Parts: sequence; C-alpha cells; structure tokens
Amino acid sequence: MSTTLRFKIDGKEIIAEPGQTIVEAARANGVYIPTLCNFEGLPPKGCCRMCTVKLNKRYMTACTTPVADGMEVESNTPEINDFRKGIVELLFVSGNHFCPACEKSGNCELQALAYRFRMLVPRFPYLFPQKGIDASSPKLIKEQNRCIMCKRCIKAIKDEEGRSYFAYQNRGNKLEVILDEKLGKEISDALARKAMDTCPVGSIIYKELGYYQPIGKRKYDKKPIGSDIEIQQ
Amino acid sequence: MSRKITIEPVTRVEGHGKVTIYMDDQNNVRESRLHIVEFRGFERFVQGRPYWEMPVLVQRLCGICPVSHHLAAAKALDVIVGAGTGDGLTAVGEKMRRLMHYGQFFQSHVLHFFHLSSPDFLFGFDGDPMKRNIIGVAMENRELAVQGVMMRKFGQEVIRLTAGKKIHGTGAVPGGINKNLTIEERDELLKGPDPMNADKMVEWSIAALDFFKSYHKANRKMVDDFAAFPSNHLSMIRKDGALDIYHGVLRAVDAEGKIILNDVDYQDYEKYLEEEVRDWSYMKFPYLKEYGKEQGWYRVGPLARLNVCDFIPTPLAQKEFEEFRAYTNGKPNNMSLHYHWARLIEVLHCAEVIRDLLNDPDLQNEDLVVKGEKRHRGVGVIEAPRGTLFHHYEINDDDLVTMANLIVSTTNNNEPMNRAVNHTANAMLNGHTEITEGMMNAVEVAIRAYDPCLSCATHALGQMPLEITLINNENKIIDHKTK
Repeated sequence: MSTTLRFKIDGKEIIAEPGQTIVEAARANGVYIPTLCNFEGLPPKGCCRMCTVKLNKRYMTACTTPVADGMEVESNTPEINDFRKGIVELLFVSGNHFCPACEKSGNCELQALAYRFRMLVPRFPYLFPQKGIDASSPKLIKEQNRCIMCKRCIKAIKDEEGRSYFAYQNRGNKLEVILDEKLGKEISDALARKAMDTCPVGSIIYKELGYYQPIGKRKYDKKPIGSDIEIQQ
Repeated sequence: MSRKITIEPVTRVEGHGKVTIYMDDQNNVRESRLHIVEFRGFERFVQGRPYWEMPVLVQRLCGICPVSHHLAAAKALDVIVGAGTGDGLTAVGEKMRRLMHYGQFFQSHVLHFFHLSSPDFLFGFDGDPMKRNIIGVAMENRELAVQGVMMRKFGQEVIRLTAGKKIHGTGAVPGGINKNLTIEERDELLKGPDPMNADKMVEWSIAALDFFKSYHKANRKMVDDFAAFPSNHLSMIRKDGALDIYHGVLRAVDAEGKIILNDVDYQDYEKYLEEEVRDWSYMKFPYLKEYGKEQGWYRVGPLARLNVCDFIPTPLAQKEFEEFRAYTNGKPNNMSLHYHWARLIEVLHCAEVIRDLLNDPDLQNEDLVVKGEKRHRGVGVIEAPRGTLFHHYEINDDDLVTMANLIVSTTNNNEPMNRAVNHTANAMLNGHTEITEGMMNAVEVAIRAYDPCLSCATHALGQMPLEITLINNENKIIDHKTK
C-alpha cells in the first residue's frame, strides 16, 4: 500500500507524506507559502497567520494543518495575498520599524515579505508605540521597537535544562518578549548568535556585529524571500 | 522710508534658507542675515541607540554627501572600539575608506560646480532665470553639461563599489570596512569604456578648471572683488602639511597666513572650538575659543583648505595649487568666488587620487577590521566637501550612545556666509529703491560660492528655498520677494 498522499495547491499536484503540514509538503514540492512565526525544527504555532490558505472555503494556517489525500488548497490568489500583505502592514504600523538604519535590513524576513507583497505604504495608521531597548546583556540587545512577538526565540533558545532565555511579559498591548536578565548575562557566544539568526526581524541583535555583511551579499538583496523554494521546481 | 527685503527660498543650494536685508531711509543696507529655518535633532534622537548604528543612521542627515557623515562617525567609533585615532586601520580598511571619500568629494564638487554654479557663469548673475539652470547649460553648452553629468556619475559609481550603494551605503564599520574591492570592480572604474574611467576623469577635471580660469581671466575684477573680505581659515591637514581630506591634524591660519591653531589633535577639539547660538537662526556660530566670538570665526571648505595646507600630494593638482597660491603672493586667498577655483583644483586632486588608489593592490587585501581595547569616547573629523566635519560620541557600558555632538561643515561657514551676504547686499542694493531679480541672484551667488548644505548644518529636513524681505527702520515690510 502506498504511503504517499496527493493533493493540490492552486491546481498543482503535490505529493506528500502522512504527518506533513501543508507548508512542509508545499516546500518539498517547490511551492512557497509565506511564513513568519514558523521556523524549521520547531513545532508550528500558527500565531502570525502569514501562511493562511483557503481549504474547503475556510481559512486555515498552512503551518499547522496536516495534509490529507485529495484536498484542494488555495494559496497564491489575489484575495489571500492581500490578506497576507495586510498582516505585514499591521506588523509595520504596530512597531517602530525603521529599515534605513536597521542592521537586519537585507536579512529581515518582515522587510523581505513587504517587498514580496509590494507594500509601498501601510493602509493603517502608524501607532508609534513607546518601546524600549534592553542592552544589559554583554552579548545581545533586545530591541523592542522591532519585535513582532513571533515566539521563535522563546521556543528555540533554551539552556541544557530546557529553560528558555526569552519569555513573554505583560498582556494585551503591553505584551513584549523579554530576555531573562540573569540568563542574558550568562548566555554563550554560540547561543547568542543562534538567537540573532532565529529572530526574523532586527529585534535580537548580537552586539558589535552591525553591518558586517556588505550590501549585495545579504540574504534578500538579489532574490525575493521564497525564491529558494520556488527554484527547486 | 526704510525697508526689509526677504529672499526665500535660496535656490541652487542644498537645504532651506532665507535672507533678510534691512534698508534705511537712504536706501542703504543697515543689516543683513542668512537665516536657516529648518530644525532636525539628530544629536538628540541617536541617544540610546547602539553605537555601531551611528555611521548608517547619522549619514541620513544628507543625500548629497552622506559618505562624509558615514566616515566621520566611523572614525569616531574607531576610537571607541580601540582601533586607533584614524591611523590604526589595516591598509585595505583605510584605503577603501579613502577611495569612498575621494569618490564622494569628486561627485559632490562636480554637482556643485556644474549643476548649481555653472549657470551663473554661463548666463551671468542677472541672466534669464528660465535659462539659468542645468537644463539651460545643457542647451547652451552640451559638452560641458554632459561632462558634469558623467563626472558625477563616475564619483557615484566609486561610492557604490566601496559602500554598496550610491547613497546611504554601509561600507565603513567601527574598526574598518565590510568589503574590499574585487579585481572586476577595480577594472570597472580603471578601464571602463570611455568616458567612465579614471584617466578620463583627470582629463575632464583639467577642462573644468580651464573653463573657470578663462571665465576668471575675462571677469577678473568682478570675481576678485565679489564678497571678498579677510577671515581666518580652518582645515584638517596631513601631519606633514599636505592636503588630506581623510585624516590629519587641525590647523588654522589668519587672513595674513599666520598660524593661529597649530596642528592640534582633533580628539581635543573642545579645547579649541566653541559654538555661539543666536536667536534668529537654527544654525550655530562656531569660533576659535582663544580668539573669541568677534575675532575667532573662520572659513572652512575648499578655499580654507588650500589656504591652510602647504602642498597637494598629487602632481597635476600641485601645479594648479602653485598657480593659485601665487595669485595672492602666497598669502591666504580671501575672495569668496575663488572658492570655485579651489574646489576645481580639489576635483583634479580627487581624480588623481582615485586613479592612483585603484592601482594599489592593497585594496584587494582581506584583513578588513581591527579592534582593541574599548573606550567610552571618540571624536571623528573629516574634511567633507563643504569643510571640516566633527562627530563626537560617548557611550555607556551597555554600548548605547549617551551623547552626540556634530559640528557640520556648513555650520563652520555660518559667519562667513552671513558676511558674504552683507558684503554683496551692500555692493548691489545700496542706493536702489527697486530690487531686481539679478540683485537677488547676486546675493544667492555669494551664498552658493560656499556650497552650503543647510539641511546638514541644522540637522533639518526639506528642500532649499530663498526669500528676500526689505524692511524699513520702523520694522515695516516694504518689499518681499520669494523664489
């Protein structure tokens, strides 16, 4: 008995394995479904809604929905892409994202998604929230102005005992992801670098590295986000 | 009846300013002022930011010579990261920065001369304003306009290949640079198809200089007398007295050439310089502390640099420098319109330096960054196209900036520009009841000679307009003209 499943994304046949999510199966078949909070190797959370697709007339997060034989998924449609663009715009207006001087510029997934969806200016009013910057760790800076609360750092950056270096603090519009004061002072060099690489935006910065990659060599300088997946087709 | 004349906006300069001229009952100029009406506040909002952001953040002050701010900030941070006070970088680190800076100098000077000032020389100060612009230049003298555009493009390409982008790049980082120059990039500039190569730039720089010199020859009295007044001159120079726009010591001379600030380390600039605030302008008035507000003001920029330095370390520019110095018998040149002459000699010098640097194999080295013991204070000084530029930062133990002070090139020229306006207003307006467009432009020509960047100088935002208001001695506005 065959163990492979077959389903369609925007009419294209996808071959998948049982237990895969739609995002994983799409990726393996050269179809890019944009993600932001999703990070390879971590359990999916579905909190950013960037991977929203339409399945049986319902909107689902493709990073948490397992594949099923014969299902028909809509992803790259004007309607869904406009939703995704709206999410990017909302993230821009709810933080203070000044790309021109941000050292993550060119490597930032949020900026890359904004370019991919051709965001020129957000449809929503800027909130310009009062946010701080925590530079008390000798290795890391937690720049709250740029945090999109994706939780990637909370899930990925843990010590040997499984304690997370990052955590949520406060609730509602006061919610923020903080670096534990004590653990932040002891964090290893390797873990600090991993924290910076895990952050999709410029909210976790490894100190004193700034702008070490020249323009032209950064991840999204030449090709849009997702093109590495699409090339595999 | 006395009057107030306002010129607003001042045109063909970078930024936004206005001129006010007060006339008395006899139609003589009582007082004149160049007001800078913009306000920004970079020094305040960089506080609390990580120090390594400064070169990229602060360069946003300007879109014309951001490289100057980028490098001045990087030099200040070199001190902070323990990479020495400007001369501790690796060979490739310093030479890539120099290439970037000379490229920028070249394009900025060319922009000023061809796009902003050549219309005045080609059509006359009172020429038809519809023609007196770069489009008019292109219609009248196509070859000159094309050279201006292509020379600027070449300078911009040098910046792109060293900083990553033509405007607001990221090349300089604390302690060095983030890229070297590949052989392919070098050859693009060195052996590019005509006219985009370094040799052609040297040739065209000489042609631009000849254009100005022939204009000077035909209009000697006007060029020499226009807004000419004695002043001190301040500049950074190489330790051996050579013209050096990237690194050196501070020297100032008085109007007679006597050294009044003797090759001091710019890390101690606060010992020697002070800034005065006047209530009618957002731009401060710096002066040499030892000589006070009245006697201590000075000029900066191309004219000051050539008055301060002892020689230029490239042969063709040195030859021109000797002619320039001989014109005033070796004494400092105090003629405002000679800024253009000095600027074009610097253009030639930059073209020579760019060509020589491109042939230097050190640019392909890979040891890009050095760091040492961290400090909490750093000052970076560079000669920007418009004059001496100071960046001073202090940081705390968490690597965040706690204090920033910027003394921008144009700020240094504030007093001389005001004097130039006053001089020209007296010469052009005294005894006249009606103000013509040509008279107004003459005032602007005086300002333009200094190539002010008013946005940078006040840390302000916006385009650069000029207005003249004529006020009587009862402070009633009699005439007002806006451009």
